[in-house]
Amino acid sequence: MAMSNEEKKVKKAAKPKKIKPGKIARRDAIAGVCFVLPWVIGLIVFKLVPLINSFQYSLARIKFTARGMKIEFKQFENYITMFTEDAEFPVQIVSYITQTLITAPIIVVFALIIAMFLNGKIRCRGLFRSIYFLPVIIASGPVMNMLVGQGATTIATIDSETITNALAAIMPEGFEGVTDAVADVFGNIITILWYSGVQILIFLSALQKIDSSLYEAAGIDGGSGWECFWKITLPTIKPMIVLNVVYTIIFRSNNEQNQVIVMIKDAMKGSATAKTSGYGYASAMAWVFSVVEVLIIGIMALLLMTRKDVYEKQIKRQKKLDKKEARAIRRVRRRDARNAKRKKAA
Amino acid sequence: MRNVKKQLSRFINYIKHPTYNKEKVHKFLYGSKEKEGFLKQFAVYALLICIGFVYLYPLLYMLSNSFMTLDDLLDSSINWIPSTFNLDNYVQAGNSMEFWSTLGDTVLVCGIPTIINVIICSIVGYGFARFDFPLKKVLMGLLIFTFVLPSQITMMPLYVMYNDYGLIGDIWSFILPAIFGQGLNAQIFILIFYQFYKMVPKVLIEAAQIDGAGYIKSYFRIALPSAKPAMLTVFLFSMVWYWNESYLTEMFVTGLTKAEESGWTTLMVKLQQFNANYSSMQAQQNTGVQINNNESIQMAGTMLSILPLLIAYFLLQRQFVESIDRTGITGE
Repeated sequence: MAMSNEEKKVKKAAKPKKIKPGKIARRDAIAGVCFVLPWVIGLIVFKLVPLINSFQYSLARIKFTARGMKIEFKQFENYITMFTEDAEFPVQIVSYITQTLITAPIIVVFALIIAMFLNGKIRCRGLFRSIYFLPVIIASGPVMNMLVGQGATTIATIDSETITNALAAIMPEGFEGVTDAVADVFGNIITILWYSGVQILIFLSALQKIDSSLYEAAGIDGGSGWECFWKITLPTIKPMIVLNVVYTIIFRSNNEQNQVIVMIKDAMKGSATAKTSGYGYASAMAWVFSVVEVLIIGIMALLLMTRKDVYEKQIKRQKKLDKKEARAIRRVRRRDARNAKRKKAA
Repeated sequence: MRNVKKQLSRFINYIKHPTYNKEKVHKFLYGSKEKEGFLKQFAVYALLICIGFVYLYPLLYMLSNSFMTLDDLLDSSINWIPSTFNLDNYVQAGNSMEFWSTLGDTVLVCGIPTIINVIICSIVGYGFARFDFPLKKVLMGLLIFTFVLPSQITMMPLYVMYNDYGLIGDIWSFILPAIFGQGLNAQIFILIFYQFYKMVPKVLIEAAQIDGAGYIKSYFRIALPSAKPAMLTVFLFSMVWYWNESYLTEMFVTGLTKAEESGWTTLMVKLQQFNANYSSMQAQQNTGVQINNNESIQMAGTMLSILPLLIAYFLLQRQFVESIDRTGITGE
């Protein structure tokens, strides 16, 4: 790796035939591994090993003695307690799931709408962008807790109770969860808006990269604005939608407004003797939470990504046809050449 | 002067005998092919301003409440503008948070890991962008996987590990992961650098190598200088995210169980424990006039803890906002 180029040249001149073709590539690969190495070590030490350890913990009860930590294996006891004896955790995780499933699409759609508005011919676009981006800088867990505690995140004029009552009247029985979630959305409208700052900017910069000649061409062909949105805008920014959904879910989940992670921390602080606290129990909760979060993200991403691009498909088909044709032409040429040879011989 | 008079008379005439053109009005309101109509523009601006107000509402609420005295809070006729310009709340909140020493701590706790983050993520990003090596795809997949994975799952073992080495309650529990590219949100930063270095033409680096630069030299001389915007972005965002992180800071740097021994704390952690701290401070002081904890003081405390961020944002808002365009977070 440290060999300088002069040395290389000298070697080349001395014995030119012995250099293998893959040598530079291999040296490049070694250099690449060297650059990435710190991260790989970190990945193993700070992520993969703790991941395995945490699974071990989750199957055990952990006690602290004078000599250090003592792990008592209890198989799946923690998980069973979690869903049979713990009164709070199942409720919190269900509310986390419904909230995420409802708020994430709302945030993304809202961000898209705002970005579309900002994308037009707007004066003071910079000012609006700065305002919408501001919460990204200041909306952290403790600040949000303070603001929510003070009622600064609800606008008094939005009467969420009326909406809730109306919904409760319409909804069939057994869907109280949905009503509650919707009421929650209206109650915390500012919180939801505050979490869409980055998404707006991502959408906006994606929208501005779309070639305007596409819209002009569509306009000449008689496409309305509505059609243009569905046929041009949406397919072009589809990757951004996936990105934003994933981003939203991750940042909403890791915020301290999420009661589940607060519970995990509290359980860690709690005494090791109680059944619903201690490191083992906290690890089990963390595992359930993580699996749920990864599942939600996976499902959302799959739902949005399944349909492949129409153009890509057509290009692929065209390429296949081209190859076939080329092969046919080559075959004909070869046959001609063969025939010509035979004629000559004859 | 005469000109003005002429126009004025024309205007008066126009008002007396309005002769408006129906088509023109229609065009003005609904717009034509080239120009958007007034109605549509008005609606868009109204909506944007309304939403902008909603965005700023909590901040304005916080600002106005933080200046209110107790009487103002109780007085129902005072809604937004406090009767006196009252800085007492800030003094009280600042005292309870030990503002200046905590601010110094915060800058250290955020600043050092941030600088390390910038350096390491840039190196790793370059490794991913420039070179091909076996298992690269797998490693990239793991990078994204660790981003999706919540930090709670690795928290307990890490706590035990740091505890064994005596790192709990020490800033090293943030520095060490940062050195190995596992700092807060380091995955995003690595991806940002990856995107950026991908855009640097490979030919440039190859030319440098032909001229006799080794791998390290070509990285420092060619790649790094061209990634300045990315470095700024990573620096700003890493700083902000470390500043706003209270969950992990409280756990590792302040120390969950031995907060008293540890000298480290940040403004956000202080804000998290604001109510408890405030009452304990009152109990300790026990002299002079006691001011009980109230909403205004809490709002002042919140304001104080985000004030440095706000100042930084107003000074550097261009860099903050444009960074997302420039670094190609969006280019994936």
